[in-house]
Amino acid sequence: MDLLDQLADTFFNWEEMAKVIPALLMVGLPNTLILAVASGIFGSLLGLALAMMGISRNAGARWVARIYTDIFRGLPAILVILVIGIGLSPIAREITGSRNPYPLGILALTLIAAAYIGEIFRSGIQSVEKGQLEASRALGFSYGSSMRLVVVPQGIRRVLPALVNQFISLLKDSSLVFMLGLAASDREIFRIGNDAMANTGNLSPLVAAGVLYLILTVPLTHFVNFIDNRLRTGKPEKKEPDELAAPIGKGAQA
Amino acid sequence: MTEFASGTLTGKNLHLSFGHNHVLRGIDLHVEKGTTASVIGPSGSGKSTLLRVMNRLIEPDQGDILLDGRSVLKDNPDELRQRIGMVFQQFNLFPHKTVVDNVSLALRKLRKLSKEQARSEALEQLDLVGLKHKADSRPANLSGGQQQRVAIARALAMKPEVMFFDEATSALDPELVKGVLALMADLAKGGMTMVVVTHEMGFSRNVSDTVTFMDAGVVVESGPPEQIFTSPRTDRLKGFLSDVL
Repeated sequence: MDLLDQLADTFFNWEEMAKVIPALLMVGLPNTLILAVASGIFGSLLGLALAMMGISRNAGARWVARIYTDIFRGLPAILVILVIGIGLSPIAREITGSRNPYPLGILALTLIAAAYIGEIFRSGIQSVEKGQLEASRALGFSYGSSMRLVVVPQGIRRVLPALVNQFISLLKDSSLVFMLGLAASDREIFRIGNDAMANTGNLSPLVAAGVLYLILTVPLTHFVNFIDNRLRTGKPEKKEPDELAAPIGKGAQA
Repeated sequence: MTEFASGTLTGKNLHLSFGHNHVLRGIDLHVEKGTTASVIGPSGSGKSTLLRVMNRLIEPDQGDILLDGRSVLKDNPDELRQRIGMVFQQFNLFPHKTVVDNVSLALRKLRKLSKEQARSEALEQLDLVGLKHKADSRPANLSGGQQQRVAIARALAMKPEVMFFDEATSALDPELVKGVLALMADLAKGGMTMVVVTHEMGFSRNVSDTVTFMDAGVVVESGPPEQIFTSPRTDRLKGFLSDVL
């Protein structure tokens, strides 16, 4: 029984959890969301640019995208975050005048996310039937307009589930910026749990942090399943009661 | 059907190769304003490619394309394609847009019409093909025949001077073919200049003004339908007709 009590105290000490929850919610949650959402948005934009370069007819652009993707997909996230976060910090300090590591943390996360998101977008865009581009060009749209109005929107729709998975991964990877050394008010969810654990010698604050991550990621996972399903079966269409009786026009035997 | 601002289309000595594959070997095709030219021939003879070269979806290696007697090879190809409507075998409607948005997209973005005006013009076109009541449906919820009629409305909305049909009924279930062919016949009667690549010999014979028989990248024979179908001169055409009729 002692052993069980000891385990319960190590992982589920409610007192220690209660102590850390305000900081988790008031400081950690907003900071984690700032990191994840900012790098998610910038990563998607850069990823879209990489995807367009990856399918471009210009061999130079294709190569740049290829090499970029190989590098940032092939490196551990923590290495990129450290190298960018420490290596560029003198420059960042000069530009922003602050020691806040967030801009560089967001940059590093963006660079990593873009490599994955670029590949996701590219596969989506390439899965759109050639006839779509052809039909759009036949109407008189330029290549750029056809991509923007017809091909890319369809391609992105098809890979939304993979994209949300990438956001989940980004949300978790945002915890790695703790490596850059954060001021008390800049700490994100993991760092707050980790600090409280170090101070108390009890794991419960980390468990609380873990639960908070799950509260964020599990709904996203189910959201993926929902949109995946919706994309497969389509939006249920509202049928007008008089639809069958609607007047049939000329040449409408079909 | 309304009157169309049709034009005369001429292809002269058109050549195209993909690598060593010489797909078009000097094609001449003249379609007088307001007439319908059908192009028949076995698969792989270059018929569909010819359409794509004549609206410069694929640039010809050699030859000239004239619209109303003027060469269009130096024009911006996007502007040329706004003047030539095209209908595809696989419809190629934009599945992420509603039926009416499919038709109004080019009106809004290329003709720069306001949203309301583009919609009302698009609804007018849909009415002509008998599908106004489907305006807010998605293409996926329409039958193949309905989708193809929307595709025709989409092309007509740009008020093209010429319409291309690339085996427009080949992907349709047999019972849906008639409606689309009837619509195409209406357009032909209304004075639209049309180039129709087709396997529908009945349509070719009864609706078109001229028939062009292509094989292996060349025009083997062309002339009025009676001549092509009742007194073919070449063995290749005789053989083709005995295979398909």
